[in-house]
Amino acid sequence: MSDNFKEFAADTWKRLKRRPLSLVGLALIAGFSSVAIFAPVLAPPEKNARDYYLIPQDGYSPDPVRPSAKHFFGTTEQQFDLYYGIVWGTRTAFKIGVAVVFVSIFVGILIGGVGGYYGGWVDEVLMRFTDVIMALPSIILAVVIVTVRGPSLFNVIVALAAVSWPTYARLIRGDVLSVKQREFVLAARALGASDRRILFRHVIPNSIYPVIVVASLDTGAIVLSAAALSFLGLGAPVGYADWGQLIAMSRNWIIGASGSPLDYWHTVAFPGGAIFLFVLGWNLLGDAFRDILDPRQK
Amino acid sequence: MAKFILKRLAMLPLVLLGVTLLLFGLFNSLSPEMRASIYVKDPRQLAALDEVIRKYGLNDPFHKQYSRWIGEVLSGNLGYSETAKMPVTEAIAAFFPATIELSVMAFIPIMVLGVWLGTVSAVHRDKWIDHVSRFISITGYSLPSFVLGLLLLMVFYGMLGLFPPGRYSLASDLIIYGGNYQPYTGMVLVDSLLNGQPGVFVDALRHLVLPAASLTYITMALLVRITRSSMLEELGKDYVRTARAKGLPENIVVNVHARRNAWIPVITIASILFVQLLGGVLITETVFAYPGIGRWVAQAAVQLDIPGVMGVALLTSTLFVLGNLAADVCYALVDPRIRFQ
Repeated sequence: MSDNFKEFAADTWKRLKRRPLSLVGLALIAGFSSVAIFAPVLAPPEKNARDYYLIPQDGYSPDPVRPSAKHFFGTTEQQFDLYYGIVWGTRTAFKIGVAVVFVSIFVGILIGGVGGYYGGWVDEVLMRFTDVIMALPSIILAVVIVTVRGPSLFNVIVALAAVSWPTYARLIRGDVLSVKQREFVLAARALGASDRRILFRHVIPNSIYPVIVVASLDTGAIVLSAAALSFLGLGAPVGYADWGQLIAMSRNWIIGASGSPLDYWHTVAFPGGAIFLFVLGWNLLGDAFRDILDPRQK
Repeated sequence: MAKFILKRLAMLPLVLLGVTLLLFGLFNSLSPEMRASIYVKDPRQLAALDEVIRKYGLNDPFHKQYSRWIGEVLSGNLGYSETAKMPVTEAIAAFFPATIELSVMAFIPIMVLGVWLGTVSAVHRDKWIDHVSRFISITGYSLPSFVLGLLLLMVFYGMLGLFPPGRYSLASDLIIYGGNYQPYTGMVLVDSLLNGQPGVFVDALRHLVLPAASLTYITMALLVRITRSSMLEELGKDYVRTARAKGLPENIVVNVHARRNAWIPVITIASILFVQLLGGVLITETVFAYPGIGRWVAQAAVQLDIPGVMGVALLTSTLFVLGNLAADVCYALVDPRIRFQ
């Protein structure tokens, strides 16, 4: 397995290098990762700040102020510093994306794996349940879940995981159905392996690669949905470093003073740019992974 | 085929039962006081809270409340939406035509541009046009819809004053509610022409440009991608080589031979996209203050207007089932090899 993995990793890297766009994606994600890691250096919090994720305010005037030496990206509504919010918001974006993807994959593997492997009425019940979740527009379901549980970052993660897992469950189920027919599964069973062992040691590891592709593309999409929830006022509390909320704050400032209509361009351009590049990075990476793992394009 | 369609339609009630049970269960995890709170606005009316709970039996066991709700729905009463300030059925009749209008205005360019770009991209694989189209599609699905919406508003409304948000201007509003105007379909583009009001038509069209354009850009990406990969697969097959070898013009090989076989995944995605659009494009309608289903359900969900959310859920899940069915029927139309059991 470890030799196989090394070979797979080397092969992946070789193919990745051939695609300039996938390297751009890799660079973007690496860049955002360093911003997230070095956030305390890049945007030092105030000395006695209680919570580093709360964006410092420079006064309380409602009107946004243009970028200056003191505020690189300017300030938005109520003088929240955009630069600080974007730097610390990177951590928030990673937290949401990674947490939701992990929980969804876990639930998806459990439900899809069990359904596909056992088949019969177990499969029927589990799949009809995923159908129900997929029949509702995911954003409506997510909005309802967050409203019912109360707006907070944690509940945004819960809601997005609750609407994201069916994709993985279906994917895993389909793969399990085809993998379980293969000889090595039969061999394992002949050797007397238990159902659970066959499922988790043989079947699922062999159907995991398509999941990696979807997970990479999904991370971007999840950060977009989280931002959409924030935009509807269902995210972290006001002033928390969260890109979606910063964009939501710019909503009242699409028109500047008469004569200079683009006065407040920075309020949407900087947080919007951050989220765009972050999602673009994951999508480029996911695209590259798909091309690499697609046997038809070898 | 009729049998197949009937069988699929028989699934609809089951899906609706599942969807409503799920949502009802979610809402019922709230205390009766929370569920009643939208109807009591003033702290001085606190006593009324208990009355609302008693009158509507919000304290009853779950199965009792749910079966009462089902009974009302079956008799045609979807309840009263506090956010829309009207009964849910009326609200759907008022908002859904607006959403249909927007969806169609976005769906036509999505299909035409998406399939065209995807085909061109596949035919000229790795040439500059392929790179341009891939760039367009990857930026499209990386851009949050509300960021694009706000930027479009900033430039085309704030700076140039060309395309305002909303559904129509005050002048059209006066004509529409002026008395001599018959709302035949609820769709302003259609009704204005039927009523001989070209001014209203142009005005409504101006309001639709930005939301439709932003939806097109963001939604088209997926279709471009699917068309491209489906076409690439077909173009690599033997029958395409045969067609080329016998000297058929390239545009016939591409547009007649290959594309017809590439339609299946495109139809799947197209039907999903159209249903998504119809299901209320929450964020886009909210950004552009466009009074459709999406903006209404966003408000209803945030303010715990339970009848409103349940009504929209019934509508969108029905559309979802019908959309899937329509896609299956389309498969048989484009590919005679597909038969229904």
